[in-house]
Amino acid sequence: MDRRTSIKWMLAASAAWPAWRGAAGQPRHGRALLRPPATPGYGTDPDLVTPHKRGEFWPLTLSAAQRRLATVLSDLIIPADEHSPSASAVGVVEFIDEWVSAPYPRQQRDRPVVLDGFTWLDAEGGRRGGKGFAELDVATQTAICDSICSATRAAPDRREAARFFALYRDLTAGAFYSSPEGRKDLGYIGNVPLTSFEGAPPELLKKLKLT
Amino acid sequence: MPFVTPKSQQRAYDVIVVGSGAAGGQTAYTLCMEGARVLMLEAGRRYRPETETPMFQTPDLAPLGGEGTPQKPFGFYDATVDGGWQVPGEPYVRATEDHGGRFDWWRARMLGGRTNHWGRISLRNGPYDFKPKSRDGLGFDWPIGYEDLAPYYDKVELLIGVYGTSEGLENTPNSPAGCLLPPPKPIVSDYAIARSARGLGIPTIPGHRAVLTRALDHRSNPGRIHPGNTRAQEVLAAAMQTRAPCLWATPCGRGCSIRANYQSTTVHLPPALATGKLDITTDAMVYEVTLGPDGKASGVSFVDRRSGRHEHANARVVVLAASACESARILLNSKSSRFPDGLANSSGKVGRYIMDTVGSDVSGQVPLLESLPPLNEDAADGHQLYTPWWLYKEQLAGKLGFARGYHIEFGGGKRMPGPGTGAGLEWLTGGNYGAKFKQDVRRYYGSFVGFSGRGEMIPNDNSYCEIDPGGVKDKWGIPVLRFHWKWSEHETRQAAHMQRTFGEIIEAMGGKPEKIETDGAKAIAPGGLIIHEVGGTIMGADPKVSVTNQWCQTWDVPNLFVTDGAVFPSNADKNPTLTIMAVAWRASDHILASLRRKEL
Repeated sequence: MDRRTSIKWMLAASAAWPAWRGAAGQPRHGRALLRPPATPGYGTDPDLVTPHKRGEFWPLTLSAAQRRLATVLSDLIIPADEHSPSASAVGVVEFIDEWVSAPYPRQQRDRPVVLDGFTWLDAEGGRRGGKGFAELDVATQTAICDSICSATRAAPDRREAARFFALYRDLTAGAFYSSPEGRKDLGYIGNVPLTSFEGAPPELLKKLKLT
Repeated sequence: MPFVTPKSQQRAYDVIVVGSGAAGGQTAYTLCMEGARVLMLEAGRRYRPETETPMFQTPDLAPLGGEGTPQKPFGFYDATVDGGWQVPGEPYVRATEDHGGRFDWWRARMLGGRTNHWGRISLRNGPYDFKPKSRDGLGFDWPIGYEDLAPYYDKVELLIGVYGTSEGLENTPNSPAGCLLPPPKPIVSDYAIARSARGLGIPTIPGHRAVLTRALDHRSNPGRIHPGNTRAQEVLAAAMQTRAPCLWATPCGRGCSIRANYQSTTVHLPPALATGKLDITTDAMVYEVTLGPDGKASGVSFVDRRSGRHEHANARVVVLAASACESARILLNSKSSRFPDGLANSSGKVGRYIMDTVGSDVSGQVPLLESLPPLNEDAADGHQLYTPWWLYKEQLAGKLGFARGYHIEFGGGKRMPGPGTGAGLEWLTGGNYGAKFKQDVRRYYGSFVGFSGRGEMIPNDNSYCEIDPGGVKDKWGIPVLRFHWKWSEHETRQAAHMQRTFGEIIEAMGGKPEKIETDGAKAIAPGGLIIHEVGGTIMGADPKVSVTNQWCQTWDVPNLFVTDGAVFPSNADKNPTLTIMAVAWRASDHILASLRRKEL
């Protein structure tokens, strides 16, 4: 989304519910945050063997309110079940904060989509329940997500919001399945040294009629 | 003192080698093992794969889950440091930004160059690939044939370790007994792809990659590589024993700390250094070959990147192995009254006939592969099987509408999950989220297959590089290159054929291709994206239309050689690295013989 579309969308969202404001009377996810601070990134020669912490290379920029909303939304997309914990329990919100705060072109393109999406969710929450999205009951949160979770089925005035949801779902899933808990959920058993590699199990090939 | 500074370089080197990748590594290796004193100059920093390689690090420990950025284009854990399609302070210029006319230039400023991260696919050119013009009237023939290079392919395979088999298929050469290591066993998706491809008349055979599926035979290989040279055999046997076989995990593109795959830094340079004949200066950015009053190259000028000082080194012979376009750039920037258009450029062909590989990809989802039990499918990092070009007869009969072939690299399986896992699934899930989404990700994980066509581009007059006429310079004041690029219909039709073919294979598997692009001009990857650029100082039989002879020796300056991909007069579908090494080895043998005869 370019800057002009983003502003148009913002105006549409505020027109839908112009009275809603955060506790301090300021827009919850204001324009001032749309561009992250200029940082050089990790450079062309970072240390590859030492584990890195989120925020080590550039400051994280989401506000407490944004992180609260991100936590709720990530856990609606990936809730805990009998196989694995929820998204926020494995650090997905920190990943998304790192992502939208990063100085690189792809992440800078994603940043306004995510932040404007947060604003839209709060505006929609205010319209439907008089509260910010994170404070709504689950049924209302789900109803809002249902209206934007499919880019093909979303109403024309919700296409931008649907694009946000698709991006946010991709980021949430990617961060979740990158984690040790996510890898385990998928039954990934590689990345361990072996003395030999046996290839496809013969009994499985037989079952799949590939022999 | 193997790693030397500009101040501690000796005065008397036989050969200066510019570059330390596949070509520079092979050239220095061959020369040093036979006793020549070599100074290697590398523009990037020293690099130690043994301690710098992230072998088992997982995506959650990397910024952005390890996803690529302009600073690390192939991902955070990719072995490349100080490299990419953009290098800070070292710009280049494109004549156009259009999809069909742009060329992006990959560089890796590090010891070992791009051999640290490459795909390790190691295919021999076949007999047709050296005589393409004789076969279909297009492009240029090489001044050598397959039979000239075959003994060098043998030696390279024995030295670096390549897995694969000899299948006797058309223009897909066999290797002599003992040259190849056993291929890795196929994974489930390989069997599924092979079955469907077979039904369409498309062969699949074991891939060829420079990965040790078992330890090299350090007792017998050194004698086959260096017959009669016991010192070289001893040095090589010791070096081979420092390489462990593959442990069947962690992507090769990160490099390999146990030396199980080929990198110049783990395979070529250690034995060359062990001879005591090789000195290496890193951070030495060569920009000019200097010419003596006798019309011979006297040495090279370079910038010490750490001090910013301009330095000079002398030798009896100068070899450029700086990568195709960088070698051309150095020549074009080496101007003198005798060579006002650049050194060794009396033909006007320096910078001309740049070729990349035609690339086009299709992925798809296959229900047969859904919800399979947990499987370790890391293997040797893919390419268990591949498809060599199979339509030679139809093509020669003019039935295809394009003149040259492609091979297919394909893969699938339960690879290590990362930031792309679970993304972009709406075309399969209808856009769900929540508990059902988690179930769907489990169901679809490991059910995707991907096909990459890698095809031959025919050299043309519109694809070349030159010194930027606008006067752009890099941060050291060295004039930069401007690139011009154009595909012909031979390439765009080939890309469209790839798309159709991959779609047919996926559908024959009962799967669904994500997207098929039938417009070849849109399906083809922009120039430089496959990073197989060759040409720029092509070899030939006629000094009027080529820059070097069959020995990589420039026609104009007898002690100046180019041993990298710049000398390729054609760019077969086979990935160029193995051929670069074979050509460099052959040229180095010629340099050694000429030095012994005191001709240089």
